Amino acid sequence: MSDEMDMEEGGTIKKFMFVNRKAPYGTIYALESLEVVLISAAFEQDVSLAFIDDGVYQLMKNINTDGIEMKSFSKTYRALEGYDIEKLYVERESLEARGLSEDDLVVDVQVVGAAEMADLMNEQDVVLSF
Amino acid sequence: MKFGILVNEGPYQHQASDSAYLFAKACLAKGHEIFRVFFYHDGVNNASRLTVPPADDRHIVNRWSALAQEHNLDLVVCIAAAQRRGMMDDNEAKRQGKDASNIAPAFRISGLGQLVEAGIQCDRLVTFGD
Repeated sequence: MSDEMDMEEGGTIKKFMFVNRKAPYGTIYALESLEVVLISAAFEQDVSLAFIDDGVYQLMKNINTDGIEMKSFSKTYRALEGYDIEKLYVERESLEARGLSEDDLVVDVQVVGAAEMADLMNEQDVVLSF
Repeated sequence: MKFGILVNEGPYQHQASDSAYLFAKACLAKGHEIFRVFFYHDGVNNASRLTVPPADDRHIVNRWSALAQEHNLDLVVCIAAAQRRGMMDDNEAKRQGKDASNIAPAFRISGLGQLVEAGIQCDRLVTFGD
């Protein structure tokens, strides 16, 4: 694995993929996943995000959290671009199973099939699944 | 091989910490290196020295402390996750104006950068959780 790493600016750059599998509210996994994602950007790693299963709900437009008295973090997904995190993959099967399409999401993403998602995961050095 | 371990669930409620502990022991027995064990999400609760399980049960917190002291392991508790859940060391208690700390021996509180660094430095980063 180490021979596949690129050396740049004296540091190791690895391919990190954050796999988001859970609905945005109900549990704290999605919010705390985003916290790691933002930190990883500071380490100048090759970061990508995957959204599968209920994780696709994290990117839905028009989420209103007033009724559950929790802070909405939808805006953070739109801010990722500013951290040079631009590789967002959403699994097509998960979207379709929930009656969603790309138009329902707050950011531009690449929609990929399950097989392609598996290939993307295979390419990674580090996969963190939340 | 150099391993990093990520524990994402609290003690007793979930088997993640038990499995991570047994995995760490097995790694060490085979002569591998444990670069760091990082506690995130509810996993931070594995560091509470106020934990009192029934006498005939395993003591999850104490055995992590003991393993760390025996093998000089780096047990790191995420500060952001810890603050939310009332887990603190002496310094943090002082800083937050709290009347007590509760972190167990051989654990330390630090930032999420320590998790990303483990991902960069280790041959494998192994996650235990849901």
